[in-house]
Order: sequence, then C-alpha cells, then structure tokens
Amino acid sequence: MNAPRPFASRMMKLLLACLVFALAVPATAADEAMRERGEYLTRLGNCSGCHTAPGGEPFAGGLHLNSDYGTFVTPNITPDGAAGIGNWSADDFYRALHEGVRADGSPMYPACPYPSYTHVARDDIDAIHAYLQSVAPVEQAQPAHDLGFPYRYRSLLGLWQALYFEPGEQADDNARSADWNRGRYLVEGLGHCDACHRARGAFGAMETADDAPGAMIHGWYAPPLADPAQAGLQGLSIADAADFLQSGKRDHAAMLGPMADVVFESLQYLRDDDARAMAAYLTALPEQQVDSPLRLIRMSEDGRQTAMAEGRAIYADRCAGCHGDDGRGDAGAPALAGNRAITMDFPLNAANMIREGGFAAATADNPRPHGMPPFYKLSDRELAAVLSFIRGSWGNDAAPVTPTNLRR
Amino acid sequence: MTRYAYTPRTAGYVAIIALVLLLPLGAAAEPARPSMKDRVAACSACHGPQGIELEDGYVPRIHGKPAGYLYNQLVNYQDYRRRNTSMNHMVAHLSHAYLFEIAQYFADQHTPYPAAAAAPPEPLAERGRQLVRKGDEAAGIPACDACHGERLTGVQPNTPGLVGLPRQYIMAQLGAWQVGTRHAAAPDCMADIASRLKGRDVEAVAAWLAAQPTPADTRPAAEPIDAPPKTCGSVPQPATP
Repeated sequence: MNAPRPFASRMMKLLLACLVFALAVPATAADEAMRERGEYLTRLGNCSGCHTAPGGEPFAGGLHLNSDYGTFVTPNITPDGAAGIGNWSADDFYRALHEGVRADGSPMYPACPYPSYTHVARDDIDAIHAYLQSVAPVEQAQPAHDLGFPYRYRSLLGLWQALYFEPGEQADDNARSADWNRGRYLVEGLGHCDACHRARGAFGAMETADDAPGAMIHGWYAPPLADPAQAGLQGLSIADAADFLQSGKRDHAAMLGPMADVVFESLQYLRDDDARAMAAYLTALPEQQVDSPLRLIRMSEDGRQTAMAEGRAIYADRCAGCHGDDGRGDAGAPALAGNRAITMDFPLNAANMIREGGFAAATADNPRPHGMPPFYKLSDRELAAVLSFIRGSWGNDAAPVTPTNLRR
Repeated sequence: MTRYAYTPRTAGYVAIIALVLLLPLGAAAEPARPSMKDRVAACSACHGPQGIELEDGYVPRIHGKPAGYLYNQLVNYQDYRRRNTSMNHMVAHLSHAYLFEIAQYFADQHTPYPAAAAAPPEPLAERGRQLVRKGDEAAGIPACDACHGERLTGVQPNTPGLVGLPRQYIMAQLGAWQVGTRHAAAPDCMADIASRLKGRDVEAVAAWLAAQPTPADTRPAAEPIDAPPKTCGSVPQPATP
C-alpha cells in the first residue's frame, strides 16, 4: 500500500464530481425548459380535461365517457409505474399519440383523440411526455372500460385502425401564412377541436364531409366550426377571434357548457401568438351551411301562436329583468336578439342554459363573469314555449321548438 | 390695473375648463362596472336573502356567514369534496380570486333572518338541546356551541353559524358527512362527530337548531375559540384565495 493513492483517489472523485456537476446543471436547465414547454402544450391539448375525474387527482384518470359503444373510463397518465405511465419511454409515448398503440403493443380506442394527435410533432410530444413524467404519481389504477359487444375486444381495433386511421404529420401548406399553418397544427392536432365539433360516423370514425354536423358532448351540442351561423368564427377579425378564444367572451356572447370548461382549463393559457394562429386558421375555414342532426318537429301556425303567447308571458316574468324587453341584454346579460346560440337550428344548448344556468369561464379578460340563474323547475312545455318565443322575436327567425324535442 | 372683462367668450372658456375638469368626476360617479349583485344573480335565485324555501327548505342561508367558511365551501364544491349537481356546475370554471370575492359579498349581506321553525316534540327537543349545548361525553360528541359560538352564529374566519338554517339542510349535511359525500379539510372533525351521532340524533339536532329564535346579534363571533374540543383542518386556515 502506498501513501499517495487515497489522495489521488480523492482527487479523481472530486474531478468526477465537478464533471458530473458541470454536465448536470445545463441538462437540468434544459430539462426544466422542456417540462415547462410540455406543461403549456399539455394545457393546449387539455389532457386533464379527460384524464382527471371530477374531484380526482390531476391526470389520474377515472372520468367516465359515455358513448354509443359503452362507457370509457379514462386511464391514469401520472408517472406511477403500475397504475400510470411511469414505465413508458418517450418512444412509447410518441407511439401512443402518433400511432394509437400502447406501450404493451395493444391498439388504443379512438376515444382518445390520437387521430388528431398524430399530427403533433415529435419534439412537442416529447415535451408533453417530460412534463407528464414530472407530475405527482398517483397509485390508483382505473377500472376497465365497460363496452358492449363486440367493441370490448380491443384486438379488433387493429382492423379499425387499418380502415379508418391514417397516422402522420401534415406538411405545411406553403401557399398559406405561417400563422395559418401554425393554427391548423394546433386546431387539427393538439387542440383536437374536431373530436367534439365534428360528428363521428360508422364505428366512431370522424366524418370527413365538409358539411359534417357537430357532435354531442356531456349533453351539449358542439356545433360545426365550418358554419358561421353556428360555431364558425369566419365573421370575425383575426384579432377578435383570438380574443374570443382566450377570454371566452365577446361583446354580448360567451362560450358556455363544456366549451367554458375548455376555455377555463386550456384556451385561456394560449400565448398571444398561438391564439392569433388558431384564429387565423378558424376564421379562414371554408364556410358551409350545416344542417342540424336533430330534426325539429313541425308545428302548426296555431300551435306556434300558442307557444309564442305562453313564452312571451314567461319571458316577461323571468327573463326580461336581465335580458331586457327588447332582448338586447344588459351589461352582464347577453343579447338574445341575433345570438347564434339561440337562433341556430339545434335548440338543446339554449335549453341547457335556461335549465342549468351557470357562469362563463373566469379568464384574464373576463375575471368576474356574470352568472345565469338555473330555471330547472320549468316544465318541458314551458321551456319549449320560452325557447320558441326568444327564437322568434326581435328579428330572430328560428323555428319554434316542441316539448318533445326537449325530452331526453 | 387690467381687470378681467367678463365677456361671453370668457364664459365659454370657463365652461369648457369646468367641463373638462368635471368629466373625470362624472365618469367616476357612473358605476364603472355592473354591480356584484348583478354578477351573482345565479346564486341569489336560490339563496334568497332568507334562504328561499325550495325543495322542502333544502337551500341554506349564506348571507352573513363568515367569508372564509363560504369561500372554503365554494372551493370544496369545485373540487367535489361537496356534491350538489347545481353547485358543482355553478363554480366549475371560476377562479379562486373570484370565488373569494363572491364569498366576501355574501358575508357582508346582513339581511333579516327567517322566522324560526316550530319546536320539535319531546323527547327530540331535549336531546337536540343537550347535543347542541352540552354534547354527549360518553359518545365523544362535543357541544355544537363549543365551536360554532355561544350564539350559534359562527366564529370568524371559517366556522359557519347554525341558526337560520332549514332543518332539512342540516340533516342532509350531517348525513352527507356520515356517508362520505361531504368533506372538509383534514382532519375533518365534522366527519368524526357525525359518525358518532346515533339513532335520531341527527334529526334531534337539526330540528332543535331550526327552531331557535334569531339572536339579537347575528354576526359571527370575532374572537377565536379558546381550546376547541376538536382539531379541525378548516378552522385555522387563512381564508384567502
């Protein structure tokens, strides 16, 4: 044994420690930046909107999604090794979002909008993966989906994917602006707007027709984005549409129902440049007149007159105090005259709003929203009457609504 | 010495200057934004000043309760620690800052209380009075007034008053704690107390409380309780968003 060795060994350790430290610090800063970018992108994708149950831990799953095929239970995507996706590598995660294949190799149900996420670039998906691996792990496995025959056989999804799913990113359209391309990337990719705003046809595949109707979500209708008389933003300037996306409010209108959740959880966090990009794309969507998927029952002129009279009385008693005798609204209450949520053919969103009431989302530009009282004691008949009245007054020219159309 | 001639022209200048000076005042005098009362019309529709008798008196009075208590409940509804379809829906996408402002607004409303309900029959009334005023030592139940204040009007900042509430509402809350659909911050002292109520205890407490006359001073007690009988997670938390 000679004397210098321990010293040399100590020096070596010190040098090694310095080296590790020097390498680790920039790596940590880069990791942190990636996680932050991932957090922003995770918000834009609103992953927690489905992967967090009401009152549950963030990203621990457990939300029940009802569909024509049965009930889907959203999985835990926290980094818990057993219950979540802690054992998923960045490659596994990319394959899931890009190809709809889980880490164990089995195909995913398109209840998860990977047909949209497949357009998202690898480095964005890696950032989301890095962020999700950094959230608090939750040791809570979710129960299996409760699906009907034959949808419960996951192996059949391979066939579904072969028929209806085309993986791959979209190439930029060089004839369009950078904003438009970025907007399309966000709207059709991470934002997965069409997952709700576009109907699904056979076996849950997205309708591709330009005039495809919207779809139902949590009892509300997500109207088509192609129709400026429904959810389409084509009539707005890019700046106004960008404001609307971030604030959830515009003049005398607000986004309500599940869309208010989307504003609160996701869109209000949009950076200004991304909001402008989404607005550039949405305002430039080709305009389509889209028919309602719910056919209103025709009413005789006598029936319409009766409903209008009954509706006028209910309106004067319950609604005019805030919305005004002329339907023009007040500082807090939106105008009903010319309001597309009222005049679009599909009447259930307005019916929900009257029955359930509620607040617009609290956002930076609308931090103290007004709330609409719920009128859940109105009978279907009274509700149909007041709807018929506001759809047919002050220049509004929408068809009257029958109680039968409101029964769920 | 030049004297200022009072001409129509001067008068015009004076008028213009006065107008310019007064404009901001006039603008400030106008309500800059709609009032809080209008903003919370959705709340007041059910929570009338006295608590409207809705669905057999299920809706509680919220006016004048401590702001911290109301704020905690709004957040509890948002996080589903309390469950009520309408309330969970109402607060779903409001910020904590705004929920606190709403809580503060209702805490500042000191409206008249409803008339007390009829007294329950004996022996229910005696059992109710005993539980509220003395508790049940053998069962490990402290007196309600040991925490909710001698006047039962609550204690600042986070403990609610128990007077002026519908019997059905009180029963439903104690029941919700028993079956685990209402939660407060841990340690959830009320969950523990509710689990110790047996037989007709819940009914007795609720009926006796609902029959109490309104005290002369209905404000929540300002001073905290000395040596409370239970440790409650929600009591000492500062009530800020």
